[in-house]
Amino acid sequence: MKLLTGNDLATGAVTWWTGSGWSLHVEDALDVGEAGEAILHAEEGARRVNAPYIIDALPTPEGPRPAHIKDRVRALGPTVRPDLTLKPADPAAGDWVI
Amino acid sequence: MYKYDNYDQAMVDARVAEFRDQVKRRLAGEMTEDQFKPLRLMNGLYLQLHAYMLRVAIPYGTLDSRQMRMLAHIARKYDRDYGHFTTRQNIQYNWIKLEECGDLLEELASVEMHAIQTSGNCIRNISSDQYAGAAADEVTDPRPWAELLRQWSTFHPEFSYLPRKFKIAVIASPEDRAAMRLHDIGLELVKKDGELGARVFVGGGMGRTPMIAPEINSFVKADDLLSYIEACLRVYNRYGRRDNIYKARIKILVHEIGADAYRAQVEEEFAHVKALGIDPPLAELERIAVFFDLPEPIQSEVRHSREGGDPSPDHSIDAIVQEIDSRLRGGDDWGAFETWVKQNVKPHKAPGYAIVNISLKPIGGIPGDASSSQMEVMADLAEKYGFDELRVTHAQNIVLPHVAKRDLYTVWQALSEAGLANANLDLISDIIACPGLDYCSLANARSIPVAQKISKRFGNLDRQRDLGELKLKISGCINACGHHHAGHIGILGVDRKGVENYQLTFGGSGAQDVSIGKIIGPGFDEDGVVDAVEKATEVYTRLREGEERFIDTYRRVGLEPFKEAIYG
Amino acid sequence: MVEPAQGGAWPRYRDDEVAEQPSVTLDAFLDQSNAGAVRLEPDDDARRLIPHLGRLSLIEIAFPKYRDGRGYSSARILREAGYIGELRAQGDVLVDQIAFMRRCGFDSFAPEGSLNPEAVERALAVYPHAYQGAADGAQAIWKLRHG
Repeated sequence: MKLLTGNDLATGAVTWWTGSGWSLHVEDALDVGEAGEAILHAEEGARRVNAPYIIDALPTPEGPRPAHIKDRVRALGPTVRPDLTLKPADPAAGDWVI
Repeated sequence: MYKYDNYDQAMVDARVAEFRDQVKRRLAGEMTEDQFKPLRLMNGLYLQLHAYMLRVAIPYGTLDSRQMRMLAHIARKYDRDYGHFTTRQNIQYNWIKLEECGDLLEELASVEMHAIQTSGNCIRNISSDQYAGAAADEVTDPRPWAELLRQWSTFHPEFSYLPRKFKIAVIASPEDRAAMRLHDIGLELVKKDGELGARVFVGGGMGRTPMIAPEINSFVKADDLLSYIEACLRVYNRYGRRDNIYKARIKILVHEIGADAYRAQVEEEFAHVKALGIDPPLAELERIAVFFDLPEPIQSEVRHSREGGDPSPDHSIDAIVQEIDSRLRGGDDWGAFETWVKQNVKPHKAPGYAIVNISLKPIGGIPGDASSSQMEVMADLAEKYGFDELRVTHAQNIVLPHVAKRDLYTVWQALSEAGLANANLDLISDIIACPGLDYCSLANARSIPVAQKISKRFGNLDRQRDLGELKLKISGCINACGHHHAGHIGILGVDRKGVENYQLTFGGSGAQDVSIGKIIGPGFDEDGVVDAVEKATEVYTRLREGEERFIDTYRRVGLEPFKEAIYG
Repeated sequence: MVEPAQGGAWPRYRDDEVAEQPSVTLDAFLDQSNAGAVRLEPDDDARRLIPHLGRLSLIEIAFPKYRDGRGYSSARILREAGYIGELRAQGDVLVDQIAFMRRCGFDSFAPEGSLNPEAVERALAVYPHAYQGAADGAQAIWKLRHG
């Protein structure tokens, strides 16, 4: 599957395209199939996202898992500071990245 | 240290207003990201893996307690309560919001700080010796020269769109504590016939093509310096490669045309530029130098000892330990304190003083990170016991350059309470590491977890001290921000088919015995590289002779015994 | 010669007449000696013009990409050699680079895109001083300090 991701222009936060908007959580990301480029240009033009790009991901029961480690780090947060990730209460969250 | 006058303040204030306006135009859609990117980069603002990252300049690594407290305040108010001290003696914040940048920069400007030219293809923060002004072996304090260069390079109209970034270091001691010859331009201040001038080295650097800068001029006089550097830059701006970003640094130009041809071009340009009158009179250097005068009590001590009052002051660390109040010796913590003094305290040019190194490398910690409360502790100590001065080192540590020997114990106690008394300066756990894939969008592998595992593996301080000086440096990609080429042991993270892999290099040095490390063989996974490092240290302890450091043994015996132990 | 789009005016900081003749390439200029206007590409060596500056009324310096900063050095070299004719930055010329270009000696601008005149004036007024001497005659801060 293909996901569309980028950063919020004003805050810089990592965001994922949900089909109708942008979420902080990769679990909410939607497979954009072949439509990625078109959505990317429209959303970037409207400044609802900054520096967007399309990535490969695998569907899993817990939601999409980005194919590359870099995007998994982006999706969770720094593996060396679990307290600053999106799942600070889950000490094993970093395993998902690696 | 240097204080802004109205001119300096007006320039920084103008920059805040300009950047505020640029951010506003970007948020309003009047500029594309492509147009905005070089502008934000020239103000140190990156878009990293998780958010915007802001790099704040700490010119030549010198700051006072008020500025350090402001860095803590910025961390607390605009970031997530911590900052990361970098190998260019700067600090960077990882979670900055674009919309808050204007306010943040305004607060910084209120304490004479900024983010000007901390990124982009321009002349970056000038780096220097962290012991400047305090080192017994310096011919002069290099920072007035660095400040002169800082002002000259700030908003330089001709050199703001160079082929690539440009880094300058200034030192004034035979011992190189700033990796001077691994810079685009390295200056070593020397005395010739009683006059101060600069040896000029051009074309060093790390990155994917590491090079040691050749000497281009053995003596440039103080009042020719800016013309000469301007000539160096103009030749680069005109002829540096712009067809390939990986070949755009000045080291490639100097290497491709040769140091002699480059020197000839610079000399020709210099003859022309010198006539333009761009060099300030020596009075300007003197005006700046006054700000860096040693505090009066230290100065009078230096004078006294020079005039023979104290015929041969013993600057050794053993002497420092001897002089510390004998009442402390019976205490439970004497051993830990003594170890810290022996490892982290360095001799000062004034007999009653010492240089304190604060290691930001706790076992299992993140190299170079400090919380806002730790920054405040360091600021308080500098204010109370250090004549209000702090330094940032290129090895990502902090220095209190002027501490009276009688205050060392008090300072150590306060550092201990804040988790800042790690007695591991220059030991294997005093690791330089770039942010790596945990933060950086360029990285191919994580650096910090490797640093953490190695420091834990060698957590025992006695074992580390037995291994002695061992500079271990980790980069998460070929750009070499973690200085792996200059590590006695270097580690380079690479991406092997989507999996993190680590290559080992041995034999690098960023000091006066400068050299570039060599890759020893196939790479390892994270645990494998930690094991390989441990095996290398075992080979060293088996083969070392006398007082040899790891790198000395490696240079004497060569790679083979290490290779055999690691791969055999 | 390129004209401003839709009758717009280019920023120009000279009182004399705009040169009407088309500019030629450096090689063409050096071959054929009667042109009064020449256009330099980023990799042209501006020094080759130095013997001929007296009879040039316009030198256009091309910026195919604004990130290519070679034109800044070309401009200063020409001004340092005594050129007093029109020095025009042409191509990818954006408002945020104009102040530096002025300092390097450019006195007219032919941007490919449009430039908002108010934004240009604002950009030129941002910095009250300059830290270093360049080609615009501004007194460096060290000069102001030492009188």
